[in-house]
Amino acid sequence: MAQHNLTLTVNGDPTTVTVPSHYTLLQMLREKLALTGTKNGCAAGECGACTVMMDGEPVNSCMVLAAECDGARIDTVESLAQDSQLDPIQEAFIETSAVQCGFCTPGVLISTRALLDRNPDPTEAEIREAIVGNLCRCTGYLSIIKAVRKSASTRAEAEV
Amino acid sequence: MMVKSIEPTLASHPSTSPVGDNAPRVDATQKLTGAATFTDDLQFGPGLLHGRVVRSPHAHAIIKSIDTSKAEALPGVRAVVTGKNYPGYLGLYLQDRHIFCRDRVRYVGDPVAGIVATTEDVAEQALDLIDVEYEELEGVFDPVFGATPEAPLIHPDMGDYVVANFIFPKPGTNISNHFKIRKGDTEAAWKECSAVIERTYRIPHVQHVPLEPHAAIARADQDGTVTLWSSTQSPFAQRNLIAKALGKSQSDVRVIGHYVGGGFGSKAGVTMEAPAVVMAMQVEGQPVKLRLTREEEFYTTFVRQGLVAEIKLGCDSTGKILAMENKFYWDGGAYTEYGVNVTRASGYSSTGPYEVPNVKTDSYCVYTNHPVGGPFRGFGMPEMHAGIEQCIDELALEIGMDRVQFRRINCLKEGSILVTGSRMHPTGLPQCLDKAAEAIGWGKKSEPSGPNKRRGKGLALMWKAPAMPPNAGSSAWVELREDGTLNVGLGGQELGQGTFTVSAQMAAATLGVPFDWVHIASPVDTKYSPYEWQTVASRLTWSMGNAIVNAAKDARKQIIDLVAESWEEDPADLDIVNGEVISYKSEEAMSLKDIVIYGLPKEGDSGWIGGPVVGRGRFMPTYVTGLDPETGQGERAVVHYTTGAQAVEVEVDLETGRVEVLRGVAAFDMGKAINPDQVRAQMEGGLVQGMSTALFEGFKLEDGHLLNPSFVDYRIATSADAPDQIEAIIVEVPQDDGPFGARGIGEHPMVPTIPAIANAIADALGIRISEPPFSSEKVYLAMLDKGLVD
Repeated sequence: MAQHNLTLTVNGDPTTVTVPSHYTLLQMLREKLALTGTKNGCAAGECGACTVMMDGEPVNSCMVLAAECDGARIDTVESLAQDSQLDPIQEAFIETSAVQCGFCTPGVLISTRALLDRNPDPTEAEIREAIVGNLCRCTGYLSIIKAVRKSASTRAEAEV
Repeated sequence: MMVKSIEPTLASHPSTSPVGDNAPRVDATQKLTGAATFTDDLQFGPGLLHGRVVRSPHAHAIIKSIDTSKAEALPGVRAVVTGKNYPGYLGLYLQDRHIFCRDRVRYVGDPVAGIVATTEDVAEQALDLIDVEYEELEGVFDPVFGATPEAPLIHPDMGDYVVANFIFPKPGTNISNHFKIRKGDTEAAWKECSAVIERTYRIPHVQHVPLEPHAAIARADQDGTVTLWSSTQSPFAQRNLIAKALGKSQSDVRVIGHYVGGGFGSKAGVTMEAPAVVMAMQVEGQPVKLRLTREEEFYTTFVRQGLVAEIKLGCDSTGKILAMENKFYWDGGAYTEYGVNVTRASGYSSTGPYEVPNVKTDSYCVYTNHPVGGPFRGFGMPEMHAGIEQCIDELALEIGMDRVQFRRINCLKEGSILVTGSRMHPTGLPQCLDKAAEAIGWGKKSEPSGPNKRRGKGLALMWKAPAMPPNAGSSAWVELREDGTLNVGLGGQELGQGTFTVSAQMAAATLGVPFDWVHIASPVDTKYSPYEWQTVASRLTWSMGNAIVNAAKDARKQIIDLVAESWEEDPADLDIVNGEVISYKSEEAMSLKDIVIYGLPKEGDSGWIGGPVVGRGRFMPTYVTGLDPETGQGERAVVHYTTGAQAVEVEVDLETGRVEVLRGVAAFDMGKAINPDQVRAQMEGGLVQGMSTALFEGFKLEDGHLLNPSFVDYRIATSADAPDQIEAIIVEVPQDDGPFGARGIGEHPMVPTIPAIANAIADALGIRISEPPFSSEKVYLAMLDKGLVD
């Protein structure tokens, strides 16, 4: 089976990894790099649990071949908290009780991060649209929507 | 003495009981940082083997032969296992299922063989190399037909199956349980009624679709022991059932349960874990991982079984309900891990939350060649209430009474006589009804958002008891550490419902320490954790909560007795507040960390007293009685009922038939909200899950084949579908034997949602659709039929 040697940046760290040709980015993260925060919910690009940032854009990592990631910058849920300090997005999810089983959470956080990076003050409709590909079976979404709004205002305050 | 006196008074020790606080979830940070471990995240190194399961392509067939030789010859395949060497049966209430099929397959997806290989890819390749010769049989795909003598028999050996003494199978038929209520005289009562309605409802199969698919890793060691890491609601039930099926001792099976990425009933009991164990038994010493694909998740674990409900309901001219007759045909599927008990629960709850003097109910669990029916959040109650709560609306309209007033007259109050003959305990159901009606603005029409839109409001009530054996037990321990903090041992699983958090709150409040001094001894491991029946039935806050409170009380007593002896005081004058033992009499105080491990020195260096403190507690209801098999009457059928109400406002688009839930209100009586934010989270999430089953979800089954096993073809609610607003209202009428007065609230919020939405659609359009989901297409066709659109 053909193998690929990849050089990429994962959560800020230069990384080299060898993967079989058919491996997805999701498989590479979970099985080769032991970054298991990114979840496998359907392996078909339908649930969003595996959402990660690839060069700043949110992608379903189960739908991206690992070999396409040579030279890319990948950021996963593990990159959000820095120096034992939760990101304001993560804090907001605690405050609005937006975490239940936690399996969709990493993907939702990444979609939120991507939204706020490109649109720091989203409307409710924009928030709903940004996370529409992240299925959640526990929360009913309203607490997540609240958390996203809250983290948007916290980020805005931090920048003032 | 190591005693510090406090200045100036005990006012510096305000009570800090965290019960009733919105304590932050103990698992939140781990889950937000990716550190939380789910079963599939566990690392086993390069020795890990991978399993795949060969499944029946037929709904009903005899297995003529299985040839595994080609698969065994494939490089990388380490073992192939079939049912040949495993004659044991599995089953919680009715043992009707082999681990792998032996002579017959009964649904599309039934496990026929297991392949163990060095990689998942090799295992996948080997699937096609197993040759199974089948002889197809006629199938049963409708529970009403399945219950007739003409239906082909799916379990000819049912008479030989081991069965719990409160389940009544009918050997020689496909009926795996028949539960009856015979109360009063319905025939006489119909004559007294001034209005009677009769309706038939069909509820389709739906799936739990937890975001985390089932995963299990099993390892069998040469000493005969088995270790199973599984995504499960039931570590102890898995230990028990798998041990029994394999003829092992329970001590030889160890189950470890990490965080569960959503369960909703799908991960209760045993499904794919038993195949994983016997696959591992072929390759002793090496762990084998079995992880279901999303497609397998849809139809090879549990599904919410379908229901055909025939309901007849009548009242007198004052609006008092006089009689009810129900026939429930549950589509139990090929096997019945829980279906037989869903059937029983819907029987003993068959009036819904109303006092009805004359009742006749027949609730049948029927084997079909459909996927296996199991528990799903609400355990039959959402399906059953879907019809009943629509009948209530229709009957009220029939006699010209306001639908809320009709419910107010008939709903259960403290002391009402229940369908099983006993009396209702204190309940906040009437308050829930009034608060929900007020919050939704009952009786007030709001303006639609456009000329082609119609708005309507609907409301529904519910009740639900934990459905479980009468003696389902819980146990817990509370161990103190050098720093004075608590380690709480428990056997209940964190599925997302917040059980670890409320457990920590209850332990902290009982012992007298701050909330953040409590740690939960997780993951649950049957080798170290105390026994817990299962994480089902919304029973943990109440049952495991009681065990934890008892364990914390035991630890508290050990500490107070020790300090009282040391201080030569009466234990009644001592208290533990904020992590310090204090005396209200001598006003002395001492930190727990100075006491709980090393004990205390006796006066004058003459030795020590005390030692490491470990409290133990247990709880088991002792008062649940059997019910008469002919009448369903008895002294106390269940431990308690959680009750509540939901109301919604919908807008229907006349151009598309699309139903949008604009607002939802949920008002439930959970006795005491240990953590109000988490209670509200259950109410919000449950309403949206219920809404999803009302508007979008349903299996498309054709001769037993599921046509829509993916998120594209089986749509669940997304962020775009959630209502604009959900108001969650907490009503607290305490449970006499609940910890701090608490009852469960996990399942209940999705029970009344289908009928609340159906009633709102009827309010908007004057149309009723007998079978959810109320999809745009169905609603549009119904509007066309009714002449609302052309």
